[in-house]
Amino acid sequence: MRFAVVQFGGSNCDRDVCHVLRDICGISTDLVWYKERLTQPYDAIVIPGGFSYGDYLRAGAIAARTPIMSDILAHANDGRLVLGICNGAQIGAECGLIPGIFTVNAYPKFICEWTYLRVENTTSPFTTAYRRGEVIRIPVAHKEGRYVAPPETLEKLERKNRIAFRFCDPYGVCTPESNPNGSARNITGLLSEQDNVLVMMPHPERAAEAVLGSDDGKKVFDSMIGSIEAGRVPSAEQVRT
Amino acid sequence: MMKFTIDITIGLKEGMLDPEARAIRHALSNLGFPTDNLSTARVFQITLDAPDSDAARDRAEEMCARLLANPVIHRYTVEVRS
Repeated sequence: MRFAVVQFGGSNCDRDVCHVLRDICGISTDLVWYKERLTQPYDAIVIPGGFSYGDYLRAGAIAARTPIMSDILAHANDGRLVLGICNGAQIGAECGLIPGIFTVNAYPKFICEWTYLRVENTTSPFTTAYRRGEVIRIPVAHKEGRYVAPPETLEKLERKNRIAFRFCDPYGVCTPESNPNGSARNITGLLSEQDNVLVMMPHPERAAEAVLGSDDGKKVFDSMIGSIEAGRVPSAEQVRT
Repeated sequence: MMKFTIDITIGLKEGMLDPEARAIRHALSNLGFPTDNLSTARVFQITLDAPDSDAARDRAEEMCARLLANPVIHRYTVEVRS
C-alpha cells in the first residue's frame, strides 16, 4: 500500500501528514511536488493543509487549477481515495471534487483552536473506525473555512449521508456557539458522491498521537487503510493490472 | 486585433454574508457615517488583444467562469473599454 501527499508551494502540513502515515500508521508514503505530477498509481492521495499560492484570489483557487489536479481527478474517478485537509479541502471544493466552497470565516480572522466534531457518517472509507454520533476532538487552523453551499446542495448532502463531520459542543450538540467559523449547518467534513473523497477543515494529522492532546484524528487514516486492505475501494494494484 | 482594457468587478451574491463589509460599515458608523447598506467588491483591470469588443467581453467572461469568480458565492460584471 502506498499513499502520496501532494506538496504545493505554500503547503505546510505535508510533512505532518507524512509523519503520521509513515511513523504512526506504518504506511509507505511519497511526498510529491506538484510539478512532478503523479507518475505512478497510488492507493490514496492526501492534499495537505497550508497556504498554497499565498491564498491569493481565494484559498485553494489557484492550486485547484494546476496540471497535477487532472491526475488527482483521474485517480478519484477510478474510485480511489482522496483526503483533502484544510487547504486541501479548499482545493477540493475549488476543483469540484465536492460541491460548495470554504470561504472567509463569519468572524473574519484566523482561528487556531481545538474543536469538537460529531461523526455523522460511519460507512464511508474514511469513517468506518468511528461510532455514529461519536464526539471527537480535532483542531482547526484557518481563516477561510466557512462552508457555504446552495440550500438544494445542502439538502442533497443530508439526504445522501454525505456529511462526515459537524462542529458540536463537548456533548455532541450542534449549536451556533460550537460552530467556530459559521459553516452552513455546522458542516466541516463532507464526502463526494461516491464516498471516495473526503474534505475536512479540521486537521486529523494534528490529533493522531495522544501525547499531542488527542488521537481522535488517527481513525480517519485507520479507516482509509482498513478500507483499502479490505478491498472496499480500488487499490493502486488493481489500476496497474 | 485591437487593444481592449476590461474592468471585471466581482462581488458577493445577494444575501451572502460579507463579514468585511459588516466590519467596515460598523467602523463608518462609529465615525458618524451611518449607512443603509455597504458591500465590497474586487476589481480586476485587464488589458488584452481581441478582434472586437464582443470577443474581448467573451474572453473576460470565460476568465470569470474558469478562475476569477466562484459561482457558489460570486456575481460579476464585465465592462469593456477600448
